[in-house]
Amino acid sequence: MNKTINQKAWFFVLPVIALVAFNAIIPLMTVVNYSVQETFGDNTFFWAGVIWFEDILHSERFHDSLMRQLTFTFTILLIEIPLGVIIALAMPRKGFWVPVCLILMSLPLLIPWNVVGAMWNIFALPDIGMLGRMINSLGIDYNFTRQIGDAWFTLILMDVWHWTSLVVLLAYAGLVSIPDAYYQAAKIDGAGSWAIFRFIQLPKMKRVLTIAVLLRFMDSFNIYTEPFVLTGGGPGNSTTLLSIDLVKIALGQFDLGPAAAMSLIYFLVILLLSWVFYTLMMRDEEQ
Amino acid sequence: MAKITLQDLRHSYTDKPTADDDWALKQLDVEWKDGGAYALLGPSGCGKTTLLNIISGLLTPSHGKVLFGEDDVTHLPPDQRHIAQVFQFPVIYDTMTVYDNLAFPLRNRGVDESRVKQRVTEIAEMTELTPMLNRRASGLTADGKQKISLGRGLVREDVNVIMFDEPLTVIDPHLKSQLRSKLKELHQRVNTTMIYVTHDQTEALTFADQVVVMNFGQVVQIGTPEDLFERPQHTFVGNFIGSPGMNILPCDVDGQNVVVGGVKVEVANKGFVKGDTRKQEIGLRPEFIHFGDQGIPVSVERVSDAGRFKIVETRFQNHTIKLLIDDGENVPADNAHLTFTEDRTYVYGDGWLMEGGQAS
Repeated sequence: MNKTINQKAWFFVLPVIALVAFNAIIPLMTVVNYSVQETFGDNTFFWAGVIWFEDILHSERFHDSLMRQLTFTFTILLIEIPLGVIIALAMPRKGFWVPVCLILMSLPLLIPWNVVGAMWNIFALPDIGMLGRMINSLGIDYNFTRQIGDAWFTLILMDVWHWTSLVVLLAYAGLVSIPDAYYQAAKIDGAGSWAIFRFIQLPKMKRVLTIAVLLRFMDSFNIYTEPFVLTGGGPGNSTTLLSIDLVKIALGQFDLGPAAAMSLIYFLVILLLSWVFYTLMMRDEEQ
Repeated sequence: MAKITLQDLRHSYTDKPTADDDWALKQLDVEWKDGGAYALLGPSGCGKTTLLNIISGLLTPSHGKVLFGEDDVTHLPPDQRHIAQVFQFPVIYDTMTVYDNLAFPLRNRGVDESRVKQRVTEIAEMTELTPMLNRRASGLTADGKQKISLGRGLVREDVNVIMFDEPLTVIDPHLKSQLRSKLKELHQRVNTTMIYVTHDQTEALTFADQVVVMNFGQVVQIGTPEDLFERPQHTFVGNFIGSPGMNILPCDVDGQNVVVGGVKVEVANKGFVKGDTRKQEIGLRPEFIHFGDQGIPVSVERVSDAGRFKIVETRFQNHTIKLLIDDGENVPADNAHLTFTEDRTYVYGDGWLMEGGQAS
């Protein structure tokens, strides 16, 4: 069969290209622009080559916040993904309790991010917060504003509270889409509940779980508002994640060049890791 | 291996069935002989799948018993009943190879690996899956996947019955007949009882030795394909099986005489004919009607050519009567009369064949 080649088709793609250009490519290009220039104020810029990139890549401060970011992201992924799957498995499949569970699960997702931060900040305050007082009354010295470990504990607990629901909802959607015949066949084949999970539920949830991992990875890697409101990156710099650090450089110190270079590196790290995740999880799909 | 007996079986999906319609299965007493090839035939929603799920143990009947041999298995779960089921949509374990799929039911039961290998190899040979044994099951075509489902049933040696729930629904038309004859061949080889649920009469009649016709949650007739064709127990069977279906005409019964639109008709079951309050009808198949010099006067309405024969639609008063004639035979232009083959003409009361000791 001969394919007709018709270059006019490009005209149909034009509106999309224009839209994407306005909301992604052009703003990104201004960042690229800043990242290769130096300014001394007065709105005058000089060509600086790749020195900002070299600076950032060699900066210990960047390494530290990248490590904190990776630690945070992988910790919450390791908690939220299995926990979400377990909760989804425990949820009822039909009946009155289904909508109740779904609504309860969706509630945390509906709360604005800075409200979540403020809520947990007050909730966890050691003197007046419910959580803080409870932990202290158990005889444990807990103060998330002073102690690094406590700050991390609170931060992770907050993220798990806020976002596990997303994993639950996605996993649940994957679970309910499994036709009854699979469970019936498994019963007839004498499969136990572990075998059912391992060979039916998990494979059938794979696609939604891939989406869940990717979404949670990207969102948690970009997280700003909640830790900013909860700890402000402290105590010290102990919870200064990448985006908090970026904002400090860009708006606190007004170092536009290094901030732009850092943004691009930040973006490339997310892109690279997302690709790695996707490739790893989809590796078996072809064949 | 054992015969399967359904005793006084009834099932309802509602908690407190009151109306007649609440029962998905109304009243069933059926015996399936060991090693038989059965088809369960009926329109959608007639209770076929419900019955199947009761036999396999996926459903517990509201009333009555299921016996395998002499054992009451009514409350046993599916994995203890030694049954296998092939579903409408192929069920395979995506992440496993074809080999592991076939081995799965044995491994779950703790069969040792050398025996597993032996059985899987044997069954793969039977179902023509040998070349694909090491491929991932998810990569197979629909008919390949159905063969895996079937293979998982055959691989166990203790299977009492293999049930098929409309297994050819998702198979390409040109592969359907191939897979169907494969099934028939497998049945002759393994000699396990097979119950094949379908709403397609061709599938049922070609596969089964005994066809169980169901409608409205009850068994209407059990018989060989010939029985169903030659002596339908119910007008539903007459209509559902055969193409075109049986002609059903209202009639009057006066003593022993059967009168259709003022014309007296001789019938095969006249010894049992009674004039009573039931709705009286005669039924006869288009194959057993011929044009003649006398009999029922009709006008020919339409002739459609079906290849080796023609389907003629005629009009008698306000009823349509269809008949089949050979391709070469002429259709009378006017003044046509129909003669009915006496021993294939039956009188039905409220849909049921009038005979001694009828089930109604």
